[in-house]
Amino acid sequence: MSRFSRTLIALLVAGAATSAAAWERYPGIGREATPAEVQAWDIDVRPDFAGLPRGRGSVDDGLALWETHCASCHGVFGESNEVFTPLVGGTTQKDIETGRVEALVTGAFPQRTTLMKVATVSTLFDYIQRAMPWTAPKSLKPDEVYAILAYLLNLAELVPADFELSDANIHAVQASMPNRNGMSTDHAMWPGASQAKGGIGNGGMPDVSNVACMTDCKKDVVIASALPAYAQDAHGNLAEQNRAVGQTRGKPTGAPAEAAAQPAVGAAATLALAKAKGCMACHGVANKLIGPGYNEIAQKYQGQADAEGRLVARLKAGGQGVWGAVPMPPQAHLKDEELAQLVKWILEGAKAQ
Amino acid sequence: MAMIDVQPGRVRPAPENFLTDAQIAAVKDGRRDFLRKAFLTAAAAMAAPAVARAAVEGDAAILELPQWSTTLGLPVATNPYGMPSKYERGLQRRESPGLTRVGGSSVAFTPLQGLFGIITPSGLHFERHHQGWHDVDPAKHRLMINGLVRTQAVFTMDDLMRLPSVSRIHFIECGANTGMEWGNVAVPTVQYSHGMLSCSEFTGVPLKEILDMCGADYKKGRYVLAEGADGSSMTRTIPMELIESGEVLVAYGMNGEMLRPENGYPLRLVVPGVQGVSWVKWLRRIEVGDKPWATKDEAVHYMDLMPDGLHRQYTSIQECKSVITTPSGGQLLLDKGFYNISGMAWSGRGKVTRVDVSTDGGNNWRPARLETPVLSKAVTRFNIDWVWDGKPAILQSRAVDETGYVQPGYGQLRAVRGTKSIYHNNAIQSWKVVESGEVSNVQVL
Repeated sequence: MSRFSRTLIALLVAGAATSAAAWERYPGIGREATPAEVQAWDIDVRPDFAGLPRGRGSVDDGLALWETHCASCHGVFGESNEVFTPLVGGTTQKDIETGRVEALVTGAFPQRTTLMKVATVSTLFDYIQRAMPWTAPKSLKPDEVYAILAYLLNLAELVPADFELSDANIHAVQASMPNRNGMSTDHAMWPGASQAKGGIGNGGMPDVSNVACMTDCKKDVVIASALPAYAQDAHGNLAEQNRAVGQTRGKPTGAPAEAAAQPAVGAAATLALAKAKGCMACHGVANKLIGPGYNEIAQKYQGQADAEGRLVARLKAGGQGVWGAVPMPPQAHLKDEELAQLVKWILEGAKAQ
Repeated sequence: MAMIDVQPGRVRPAPENFLTDAQIAAVKDGRRDFLRKAFLTAAAAMAAPAVARAAVEGDAAILELPQWSTTLGLPVATNPYGMPSKYERGLQRRESPGLTRVGGSSVAFTPLQGLFGIITPSGLHFERHHQGWHDVDPAKHRLMINGLVRTQAVFTMDDLMRLPSVSRIHFIECGANTGMEWGNVAVPTVQYSHGMLSCSEFTGVPLKEILDMCGADYKKGRYVLAEGADGSSMTRTIPMELIESGEVLVAYGMNGEMLRPENGYPLRLVVPGVQGVSWVKWLRRIEVGDKPWATKDEAVHYMDLMPDGLHRQYTSIQECKSVITTPSGGQLLLDKGFYNISGMAWSGRGKVTRVDVSTDGGNNWRPARLETPVLSKAVTRFNIDWVWDGKPAILQSRAVDETGYVQPGYGQLRAVRGTKSIYHNNAIQSWKVVESGEVSNVQVL
């Protein structure tokens, strides 16, 4: 969100080369935006917190919101690696002091979590506000964004459990971001003005250079890496991914797709659908993960004639209470026929084949 | 007799139209002229009169008139929107198994192994979405300009499509293209190693025209934020210098028709030379500002990790790169003899001026033919003659751009950037050919 009022903007551009005549260059095209329109869409928050809405939210409030909106993908503690890369982990008290995440050098942590990477707390606020929750982006009010961010920062051990994050104290949090000193713009890949000229980057001087040698360029040709045997057919049958006429053919690897894809709406395909849509992040087939196992669901609804319709509706709208406190978020990203296919499959025992 | 399966002219649907196990075995045995032998053997062994006649007199594909020569064909407009031949159905956008876990935040790769020339068919343009894709109603789509401008403004699609338009051919490459290969060979074919690359003719309005209209403060406003209308509302910071160059377009057209929904229908930003993430799809807003934004896709994602633990931020330009697409990994050469080695070269800094090709793993190189058109920040097609003697070979291409930058090898890149940066891998690609004719993905330092 711009900090500049229209009056201020008018003052700022007073010396610029443009004039009111520019707007008249294409008569009848475009119109002025209303303040309400700009406010509705201009939601970005910069590292200097320009655009930050006023508000506040506590770690406690954040926990409740997290379980409703975030835990299904990210895990209750932001640790889940099921759907997305973990949000927290891999940072230490020392990192908070130095502003450099040591595990990025040592490789001591298996993943690169969000908190290991991000240097600016404004980015996290902006991220949650514009794009989260996954299936219902931009549905959170500012106070809810503050609360969720407070909970996330508490998970990362940046703020205490009784903390309330607000537009007044978020600046202070920035000073403890574990990777706040971990960014570099010393590279050739910024296509604008260089750092030396007030911009970003080194002005386009590449970090790696080669020479176009033409003859006897190498003593030995050493193959440093080749496709491992186990990966040969990991991408399906390559024969079917190439043209059947021309200079070459694809190499047959694995089973022909026609045979493999036989159960088009069968159990295997539905299991694949459940995986693809992120269902398996919270539900096991036989066991409870975050939500109930599919076999538990099938057992509970066994013999109930209206079970299919009720479950489809529940998946669509989301719900809470039947299986405990952790709510099921609404699954708006699934089509009706996909919902029906999944529910039928679950009630029939969620078979793999 | 399995060999007869490749008898020319026999019409069968894919996938049986490929080499049989017996033929693969024959190739592996070193019988590289198996196709010719198969034809002769099959012809000699066949008792059926028609086939026997073909064997004696010539090719059955010529002697036995096919159904398409002897029957009435389909009427016009059978397919109101035309589709590729059924024989081409192997060439599709595909996901790389295990790369991502949610289809809404994933990649579908372009089958470069089957493409000719420089234009990517719109239906095969690679896909990368951050929070799924939508088919946006163009009547309800708006572009807002705000920030350091005299007039904060709103444009409808009607407005934008009335403005003077330009059409330009440019490549778009995801910054993470070839990212799976930083440490070692991970994928079998050029589709998965290089398929986050497409090249199209885009039609739209230079963003500068629109910012001029709005009275942008070019003195103070040296950065622009582009934002999408989708769930993720993708945002990226773009330098004003690029916009002032006139190259950055607010585009609605792609390859003569409107953008496809997966590519941002009805409006996307075109930022030539810069990685795909900055080409914001479903573009809803442009803000002019005096500082970069450190958005989620430039402060959490799309940062290049260096060996010293620092992340390079705001890496945008796609440096000069090339790849041989035919022959390439996962393919089989049919026989020894003549081949047209063909590939693609591109640079985010301008025109490709030269491509050299090696067939001995980089020891000796020959300049390839650059086919026209050779355009700035577009794919350039290169070709070079090659007579395969049936012996092992390692095929490589090395591109040079108009700045004099020479595409580096894996050893050179890793010496500076290590193996964990994910993004901006523009290393020389190697394809190993073995005596059986099998081509596979290898890395040569």
